[in-house]
Amino acid sequence: MNLEILDYAFMQRALLAAVLVGITAPAVGIYLVQRRQALLGDGIGHVAMTGVGLGFLLSWSPVWMATAVSVLGAVLMELIRWYGRTRGDIALAMLFYGGMAGGVMFINLAPGGSNANLTSYLFGSLSTVSEEDVTAICLLAAFVVLVTVGLRRQLFAVSQDEEFARVTGLPVRALNLLTAVTAAVTVTVAMRVVGLLLVSALMVVPVAAAQQLSRSFAATFAISVAIGISVSIGGTVTSYYQDVPPGATIVLLTIGAFVLLTALAAPLARRRARAAAAVAAREGADPAECVIPPGRKPTGKVGV
Amino acid sequence: MTADQQHRDPVISLRSVTAELGSRPVLRGIDLTVHRGEVVALLGANGSGKSTAVRTVIGQVPVTGGEIELFGTPRRRFRDWARVGYVPQRTTAAGGVPATVTEVVSSGRLSRARFGVLRKEDRAAVRRALELVGLADRAKDSVNALSGGQHQRVLIARALASAPELLIMDEPMAGVDLASQEVLAATLREQVAAGASVLLVLHELGPLEPLIDRAVVLRDGCVLHDGPPPRAVGQHALPGHDHVHPHAAHDAEPLRTGLLS
Repeated sequence: MNLEILDYAFMQRALLAAVLVGITAPAVGIYLVQRRQALLGDGIGHVAMTGVGLGFLLSWSPVWMATAVSVLGAVLMELIRWYGRTRGDIALAMLFYGGMAGGVMFINLAPGGSNANLTSYLFGSLSTVSEEDVTAICLLAAFVVLVTVGLRRQLFAVSQDEEFARVTGLPVRALNLLTAVTAAVTVTVAMRVVGLLLVSALMVVPVAAAQQLSRSFAATFAISVAIGISVSIGGTVTSYYQDVPPGATIVLLTIGAFVLLTALAAPLARRRARAAAAVAAREGADPAECVIPPGRKPTGKVGV
Repeated sequence: MTADQQHRDPVISLRSVTAELGSRPVLRGIDLTVHRGEVVALLGANGSGKSTAVRTVIGQVPVTGGEIELFGTPRRRFRDWARVGYVPQRTTAAGGVPATVTEVVSSGRLSRARFGVLRKEDRAAVRRALELVGLADRAKDSVNALSGGQHQRVLIARALASAPELLIMDEPMAGVDLASQEVLAATLREQVAAGASVLLVLHELGPLEPLIDRAVVLRDGCVLHDGPPPRAVGQHALPGHDHVHPHAAHDAEPLRTGLLS
């Protein structure tokens, strides 16, 4: 096999976009998973469809329009989380489906537009990644990396325990908004490669896969980004040679990585447990661990 | 603190504070003062407003009336958060992603770190906090691998990482095994001896009883009692008391706290 794949300008652009998606999607996704909002990316993806539709209707760049609309949607979702505590899920659902309906509506209103135009945004398409798209993707990816790496301690603290983060004097609301906006930007970065409907998978599944092996946040971050880059390059190359859709290939590869790492994790966990047991035997067991079981036996004395 | 006039400075002061949760009044005008070097327990039945009172102090729950001051500064203008250590009511220190004990405790140092950059002295402070709660040997372990009591010790180490003058703890003993309860009581004793002020939300006095200078008892969002802590025998008289016998602890059986969460 030679590297003729790199001779085509469209493939160069596609590979660059794929690498950037592989970095940014898990980098944001890890904070979403940490705060147990794993499906936020999916919601933003739906909202971004309205942006794509508007872009076609107004003949503006769909990527920038999708960025604007999904950032707006992300801010709106964060506001709903603050003020609409009780029926937050319903409001979010309306936003999701409204976003999807808006996209279909606008694209059909656009001159010469049809749902066919939308398909490349929904499922990703490499051959249509234009020069301007690549510029936009590079700028947006730089922003995402800057935020997720530069503010990692602050974002970690807020995503781990919002209430505690408030008492460290962190601007909790601003950081929550920033997370939502960064997620929205990432969705539009990934839109051209994986597609809006599959983008959430690339945010969540690499993190879930990395968790099988790692014990620390830092390692989870590094492993999930490594998985993200590998699968997006792998998926792009496969889609070039086999003529299969890149988005679906990337997502299936990611799930494959998850299954593989889960299978690897079981023996690793056993080895760690053995090592820990050996250490405990050498140093004398932790009294805290030994006292509990006998103490927990019911005595019948504790009653109402 | 040794100086007498310092002893009178209030570090927390709530004056006729009211608060609502979803338009239901939870606090109906409570007064609460913690002086420097004092250990105050906030007691009361479930739903009496103890946790809400503490959450208004840290700004997690907005107040609808009254004044809150921290170290003599109105809470809205208070920025010196490194002086406050907070232990929220949690049964776990873990989030949705694995994290090591050190990573979680390091969050507590952010109030002293500029732009989130941890220097050598910050790392040393994190290590010190872990030593205080007896978890230095678990520093690199994932918090997911810890027991319930150890989770609570991690949360307390996180609050101690900024070397605070004031500790606010919401039910630190809930669901904690006997060994960890003793470690926590010893840690708290050291902090108090070093001059820290403490506001503790408790369901019952338990092993912390000898440390407590004053108890404030809430019922239905109002202060029912503010004075010396009720003696163990008197606990049954507390409103809404769960009738879990604290004396059971003397038979070397740890008090089960499952009713308290």
